[in-house]
Amino acid sequence: MGYVAIKGGGRAIDGAADALELLRTRQGESGQPLDLETIEKQLYFLHSRILSEGGLYHPKLAALAIKQSLGDTLEASFALRAYRSTKPRLLETPVHDTTHMRLIRRISASFKDIPGGQMLGPTTDYALRLLRMELLNESQEQFQSVAKTLFTNLPIQAVPDSFPKVLDSLRAEGLLPKVNQAAREQPFDITREPLIFPVPRSAALATMARGETGSLLAIAYTNMRGYGDVHPTVAELRVGYLPVLLPHPITGELTEVGEVLMTECEVVAMYQDDDNKGLPTFTLGYGACFGHNEVKAISMAILDRALQKGMKDGAENPSEDPEFVLLHVDGIDSMGFASHYKMPHYVTFQSDMDRLRTTQQKQEASHE
Amino acid sequence: MSNGINFAFLDEYAKREIRRSVIKAICIPGYQVPYSSREMPMGRGFGTGGLQLTLALIGVTDTVKVIDQGSDDSVNAVNLRKFIEMTCPGIATTTRLQEATLIQSRHRIPEQALRADQILVLQVPYPDALVIVEPSEDKRKVMHGEADYSRLLVKLYEDIVKFDEITISHRYPTRINDHYIIDPSPIPRYDVPKLHNSKALILFGAGREKKIYAVPPHCPAEPLAFDDVPFRIEDFTDSRGERRACKLCGSQESFLDEFIDEQGERVYQCSDSDYCEQQQELAHG
Repeated sequence: MGYVAIKGGGRAIDGAADALELLRTRQGESGQPLDLETIEKQLYFLHSRILSEGGLYHPKLAALAIKQSLGDTLEASFALRAYRSTKPRLLETPVHDTTHMRLIRRISASFKDIPGGQMLGPTTDYALRLLRMELLNESQEQFQSVAKTLFTNLPIQAVPDSFPKVLDSLRAEGLLPKVNQAAREQPFDITREPLIFPVPRSAALATMARGETGSLLAIAYTNMRGYGDVHPTVAELRVGYLPVLLPHPITGELTEVGEVLMTECEVVAMYQDDDNKGLPTFTLGYGACFGHNEVKAISMAILDRALQKGMKDGAENPSEDPEFVLLHVDGIDSMGFASHYKMPHYVTFQSDMDRLRTTQQKQEASHE
Repeated sequence: MSNGINFAFLDEYAKREIRRSVIKAICIPGYQVPYSSREMPMGRGFGTGGLQLTLALIGVTDTVKVIDQGSDDSVNAVNLRKFIEMTCPGIATTTRLQEATLIQSRHRIPEQALRADQILVLQVPYPDALVIVEPSEDKRKVMHGEADYSRLLVKLYEDIVKFDEITISHRYPTRINDHYIIDPSPIPRYDVPKLHNSKALILFGAGREKKIYAVPPHCPAEPLAFDDVPFRIEDFTDSRGERRACKLCGSQESFLDEFIDEQGERVYQCSDSDYCEQQQELAHG
């Protein structure tokens, strides 16, 4: 009987969990369980994405989330985000200055010579996307020898700990607006306050910082292609470890408690007139997120710029509309709602049929 | 709990925020109170708003009933109930409406009347009835504040012009305490009159949309209609004009699910499985 499909749900759920666990372990005796450190290191970009979309900097649990969700980015971020709900928020950090990041990569597309120099670091930007057939049967020896030999001929001492920000030099030249001190006030906490529009820029930035990469990219891309006019230049993109400072529980003195891997992108866009009759300047877009996620940080920076325009002059395009962008980029929200359509909707569908039949009958009657 | 998770999953600050929002929602009947809405370990859209309400309100003396589509044994109801049992050691669960103190439901209000000592929590996908006429939440907020529901009435009027019927099947816009119009969640129209002057507190939780609202006990709830076009519930009369009956319990007073049996016949059965079982028990003594 078709109807019983939703009955006996308890057994069905247990069975589905077993089937999923079998999917994970089906290599059987020839398989090895995935090691969390391997996930963190060798699935580095996947891991970065989960850290960022999960909105919780917990590298070990992010790796666990990837393992248990079989590599599904939405599910893994979701598990990490749900874990977050069980933890109280106890402290707040002060505003952090990313000048102090310990960088693994920083580039600028606006100037060839930037103070400190361009540091390509680990990137696929200029790599040929050819399949590396030699990795098909990579031996343990080959794999382990790379880290052993790579550093032998490198002048490691010559690399400074931190680099000045490209924007600082632009600002010194008067090409950028002055730092808005009001923005340094208490930022909007999206984990404790719902978004009620209009929202401050800090709420937009926080929402995008844990937004779903593909969603941010898609909406930012609409702006790049013509449904908007940001025309950005990447002033600086940096990836590295930012020391995290918290007040010491007894002395109150700011103390380094650890560091987070993060990506930061600052774009400069065409100038606008100063509202206060000052000189026109370039405008800025800012993107930052946990982990190494360059496409996400760039997309976010473009959307930040687009949203600032929308907040100021009214939205002319979807990417400039804060409600359109901010309420649709969260992967946990959107995937959850898309998945919920798989649940039974018998009652509402019954109700739909009632309306359709009634209107059909009325129309038939009127044609007679 | 041994696995390091707090009683009722959420941390105590989160529960307190939800309880404060509930109090505000009760004080302003039908007003959508924004709250921060934590991520729960099940999909947004699977009842996380209702679940957060349940978890914020639950104590060890509570008995919980969870229903989905009227059934305690549908997959999502089972899933939510198991999660509540796992994270709230000491509470009791039941499928019998009369035994429950806290009832979480999706898409239905139970057939039997609720009591004053019961709380009904409804899961809400779209908290705002105005969303069908205005996509911007910012603008909708102003419309609610001014009780400006003219565009909703125009939508109903256009339906009548086009179809000679109001075509809204479920999520029927309902005016609470003569001011705010709510989306009563995707309950069928059949259930809407149960909101009116309910003895039990009825709470609505929208997790993804981060809103909590309430129909307090003994509060007027009027489905939107016109003087000459009254509100109508689903019609379960057959071609001979007789009210269809449930094939299991024979009730002619319940919301029915329609399905095709193995012989290819169209048959009807109570959507509320607990009610149906109780009717059968009564019949068999």
